[in-house]
Amino acid sequence: MPSSGLFLNELALLFRRRRTWAMLLALGAVPVLIAVAVRLTSGPPSGRGPAFLDQIAGNGLFTAVTGLFVCIPLFLPLTVSVVAGDTIAGEAGAGTLRYLLTSPVSRAKLLAVKYAVAAVFCLSATLMIALSGIGIGAALFSVGPVTLLSGSTISAAAGVGRVGLIALYIALSLLGLAALGLFISTLTDAPVGAMAAVAVLAIVAQILGQLPQLDWLHPWLFTNHWLDFADLLRDPISWSSYGQNALLQGGYLLVFGTLAYGRFASKGIVS
Amino acid sequence: MNATATAKLAIQTTGLGKKFGKRQAVSNLDLAVPHGSVFGFLGPNGSGKTTTIRMLLGLVTPDSGNISLLNKPMPKSAASVLPRVGALIEGPAFYPFLSGRANLVRLDAADRTSTSSTRSNRVEEALEKVGLGKASKLAVHAYSLGMKQRLGIANALLRERELLVLDEPTNGLDPQGTREVRNLVASLATEGTTVFVSSHLLSEIEQMCSHVAVMSLGNLVAQGTLEELRSTGQHRAMLRTPDPNVAIEVFARLGLETKPEPTHEGDCPQLRVVLGSDAQVPERIVEELVRAGVRVRGFVVKDPSLEERFVALTGEGFDLAQ
Ligand SMILES: Nc1ncnc2c1ncn2[C@@H]1O[C@H](COP(=O)(O)OP(=O)(O)O)[C@@H](O)[C@H]1O
Ligand SMILES: [Mg+2]
Repeated sequence: MPSSGLFLNELALLFRRRRTWAMLLALGAVPVLIAVAVRLTSGPPSGRGPAFLDQIAGNGLFTAVTGLFVCIPLFLPLTVSVVAGDTIAGEAGAGTLRYLLTSPVSRAKLLAVKYAVAAVFCLSATLMIALSGIGIGAALFSVGPVTLLSGSTISAAAGVGRVGLIALYIALSLLGLAALGLFISTLTDAPVGAMAAVAVLAIVAQILGQLPQLDWLHPWLFTNHWLDFADLLRDPISWSSYGQNALLQGGYLLVFGTLAYGRFASKGIVS
Repeated sequence: MNATATAKLAIQTTGLGKKFGKRQAVSNLDLAVPHGSVFGFLGPNGSGKTTTIRMLLGLVTPDSGNISLLNKPMPKSAASVLPRVGALIEGPAFYPFLSGRANLVRLDAADRTSTSSTRSNRVEEALEKVGLGKASKLAVHAYSLGMKQRLGIANALLRERELLVLDEPTNGLDPQGTREVRNLVASLATEGTTVFVSSHLLSEIEQMCSHVAVMSLGNLVAQGTLEELRSTGQHRAMLRTPDPNVAIEVFARLGLETKPEPTHEGDCPQLRVVLGSDAQVPERIVEELVRAGVRVRGFVVKDPSLEERFVALTGEGFDLAQ
């Protein structure tokens, strides 16, 4: 299958970079920190701190959920900004873009491959947190049947499945940001500038999302459903937030994917 | 140009132009690169060589004009033409944390028309050809400038190419490396590959190329075989005499232009005379000089040199174009 050569190569390249592993390990360290902190201070639940924190001591699986929850506002968007902002600008900055394009590969395909790799990173990042959380949770606390928000109880195995669903949900949540990053990456030859711009937008969108005066805007922010994964912890699962989120992220992908193509297809490669 | 001649052109551009802001990088360029030639693209820094090459390869969209690469329009046919073209553009560029080998594998994999089963063999061969066989597993950040340049050339040689476009391929190479590149180009040319090579150094083009185009300030100022370019140059003569003033009068009478040549104190003065493209019979000039009482201590006729021709076409000294 010659046409998948580029994708596989770019994917291998992503995981060959020390930067990628530094980010993944940092993300994986978050649940470990949380679990160790909870373990060392084990006492009656205080009722303060991030959601799900108080459940960790009772069921280790909640370490993964808490870890994911804690990483959503800043850590995850930051790492996705690095990867998505680097997609085109990184190649342009290094001068390798001119050789890729004359190898030749069409600009549309290069964009698609770069985006697909960024999407894989989104999933790797959330899975990393989930797996690290499940692992450290199982090591430091007991893992058993999970009591859901709706009050019913499911088996530990089904609980692991729910954690997987949440990781998928959050990865999906990040796809709009990745598309935005891809577009911004076509605007400049300076990867660091693109990364910073994407990260700033992720923060700004969350701030706007907290201003009640901008209620009308909220449904259009790519961050709008970032924290809505609690529906996956009910029985039966309410899929509506999954659907809405998918629609929103798909819309961002469509708009910014088109903009990125429009910009990149006509861009003079002078770096 | 008639149809058969056009079909034999590996590169043809008509009225090619590109502006960056207010700066006209290339204007109204008509290139005709014959199939099978080693074609030198000569011009001082900033004369528009790299911009032209970027347009040829579809990286930059021209403001005006047409490009035909291996008889296909560019950039429209990029997907089908570029696999047959190897390129080095404005120096090498690679991922520093990957080995030379991994970098080439990556670029070869990007080309969906390349065969993956022969990939690793072709990469090894290309690396051997440029003398990087031993350094192929080393990360590129540990390469010297010359090694990177060789790797860039290896990338152009990953497949059998009908056309090689090499932008300043000897930049950063030591004399040994320069010689190797020259030999490589020569051997590729004997296999029938058309080589389009840019340089700001005349001596390089003179040693490698059969054809040449000269750029100055984005304009094509000459194009043809090396011989053609040489023959449009001017014959010159050097006169050594203690009577320069009388000699200048004689030359003026013959309609010839003179320039005093700098000499050391105490040495006999020298005059440089432009004889024009069809050198007047030298013995007649000497006869006139002697008749006027000029003491002729030396008179040497020089064939037109490419060096002088190049300087005449592109200007002298270190002033960058524009
Ligand atoms: N990306 C760019 N933006 C603005 N000006 C440029 C750009 N690239 C080249 N130029 C200008 O175009 C002219 C030709 O440059 P170039 O093609 O690189 O020349 P050469 O390769 O012959 O040295 C120069 O005056 C240069 O300053
Ligand atoms: Mg140049």
